Amino acid sequence: MTTNDAAIAAQGLRKRYGQSYALDGLDLTVERGVVHGLLGPNGAGKTTAVRILSTLLSFDEGSARVAGHDVVAEADEVRRRIGLTGQYAAVDETLSGRQNLVMFGRLYHLSPRQAKRRADELLEQFALTDAADRSGRTYSGGMRRRLDLAASLILAPEVLFLDEPTTGLDPRSRNDVWDAVRSLVAGGTTVLLTTQYLEEADQLAGRISVIDTGRVVAEGTADELKARIGGDRIEVVVRDAEQLGAAAAVVARIGTAEPELDADTRRVSAPVADRMAALTDAVRELQAAGVAAEDIGLRRPTLDEAFLHLTGHQATATEETAA
Amino acid sequence: MSIALQQPPTLVAPPPARTPLARLRWALADGWVMTKRNLAHVVRAPEEVVIYFTLPIMFVLVFGYVFGSGMALPGGGDYREFLLPGVFAMTMLYGLGATATGIAFDVDRGVVDRFRSMPMARSALVVGRSGADIVRALLEMTTLVVCGLLVGWQWRNGIGDALIAVGLILLLRFAITWIGIYLGLVVPNPDTVGVIVFPAAFPLTALSNVFVAPELMPGWMGAVSEWNPLSSTVAASRELFGNPGFGGDSWAAQHSLLLAVAWPLLILAIFVPLSIRRYQNLSR
Ligand SMILES: Nc1ncnc2c1ncn2[C@@H]1O[C@H](COP(=O)(O)OP(=O)(O)OP(=O)(O)O)[C@@H](O)[C@H]1O
Ligand SMILES: [Mg+2]
Repeated sequence: MTTNDAAIAAQGLRKRYGQSYALDGLDLTVERGVVHGLLGPNGAGKTTAVRILSTLLSFDEGSARVAGHDVVAEADEVRRRIGLTGQYAAVDETLSGRQNLVMFGRLYHLSPRQAKRRADELLEQFALTDAADRSGRTYSGGMRRRLDLAASLILAPEVLFLDEPTTGLDPRSRNDVWDAVRSLVAGGTTVLLTTQYLEEADQLAGRISVIDTGRVVAEGTADELKARIGGDRIEVVVRDAEQLGAAAAVVARIGTAEPELDADTRRVSAPVADRMAALTDAVRELQAAGVAAEDIGLRRPTLDEAFLHLTGHQATATEETAA
Repeated sequence: MSIALQQPPTLVAPPPARTPLARLRWALADGWVMTKRNLAHVVRAPEEVVIYFTLPIMFVLVFGYVFGSGMALPGGGDYREFLLPGVFAMTMLYGLGATATGIAFDVDRGVVDRFRSMPMARSALVVGRSGADIVRALLEMTTLVVCGLLVGWQWRNGIGDALIAVGLILLLRFAITWIGIYLGLVVPNPDTVGVIVFPAAFPLTALSNVFVAPELMPGWMGAVSEWNPLSSTVAASRELFGNPGFGGDSWAAQHSLLLAVAWPLLILAIFVPLSIRRYQNLSR
């Protein structure tokens, strides 16, 4: 794949705020027709990257092409081909949902009739018909997010930027957004999705770039990354501390690395390759060895563990500096 | 929410404007969409409309009655009749604050991010602010004229000249919206920008022919007042309305009609490009 066919091709992007770099040499290539995840902790530079790629923000060094056009020299060409749902809903809160969508449709130079019809369709698809004529100010956070997402889909964009699209949504709305993203991609749209949730990237993204302090620190499919993080762990808590050694012997046979023991909590754990096989084996073998287990479980690595592993430092919550 | 996000096959955006003329048409269309957006805001906050009418009514009553008597004019004539064209123009000048606050609120909203990521005309947001404020100015102007007639002011040269006079005052207001837009973009804080406008507008009214004929002012003050753009509009509209107090010996006073057109055009030539550029570079 040459960078010209790529949906997104960014090289060495740097963006400075005062003394510090929000982006510090970000390289990113996203092929067409996929969901690409941008995973990173607070302050990693996800929003900065999205704002640069969607022509909202200037940058100090590097270059970027989106949908085949340079984000600086051909900003208008880029804007014709992208949709953006930012971290904070970008809709007019005074106007109603319908007024918003019709206005955006008109700004895309749809005819008044087309704009109205498209607004109706989107309101219906995003379950906003009942609230269509109420001021956006009366919408719940989730409704506003859905309206925001609808507004980025008035024309099917070639490239869609979603900056933490499900933050603050309930599980049902989150699934709805995920489904919407999947069907868009089935229609040929490329999606760049930022998220702080490994789970979300896992669900949606074919490839994931993990970013930290403004640059990509790891990249690959969800499985590749999880393998690097260490994957799932099996965890056994024994009822009687004296049986910890016996339990460790069992876990050692099942796991892919030396088990870790914690005498205080009577806990033994080890990484495993095959989740379900490991669990059934553990139950059977512990029973066979006569070990009374209080709890047996599989645990996925948390995001904190992932960052600890990939970045070598704890994911730190930095203050929110709204751009 | 249903999952299907089918694209209706007919839904294609028209190809982008390539020629300068087509671009201008798009820019005007986008500006009009934004004007309608601003007007829709007013409809959703009808209490704001009350303000549109209060200030003009107050100005006419306060100035018409409090200062309306006992002031002498150099060429004779009724002081209230002299004063009202000045009050009309002054009210337009004070619209500066509303415009500046309005645009500061406009760019403060998250929706601007969406506008800026769309292929719409870069000028649309500021043009829409100006358009909405002209609609507002039309309402204010109507209120002013009606109140003026109620307190005894009248035009004496026929409706045609009177309409030209109103047109000149609105032209000044149009130019002022662009100063307001620039101010609101330079100080994009809705709370502060309203406050800085008054010290800017007040000296402009004081050093003008709104309340006192410049001939009666001491040397330099008279000269400044005569060249004040506000004075040109006021003098020209006094002449067109057939109200007393226009004229004077200076070149500026002799050519007030010309200046009443030239000043606003000059202001527009400076502040329209400045404002659009400023908006484009905002928050980048
Ligand atoms: N306008 C600004 N002025 C100064 N610093 C900024 C500005 N915008 C962002 N930053 C800084 O740049 C860094 C990256 O911010 P960015 O918003 O891109 O992070 P993020 O990955 O989106 O974080 P989050 O998960 O909290 O949304 C942060 O350290 C932030 O403080
Ligand atoms: Mg962010």
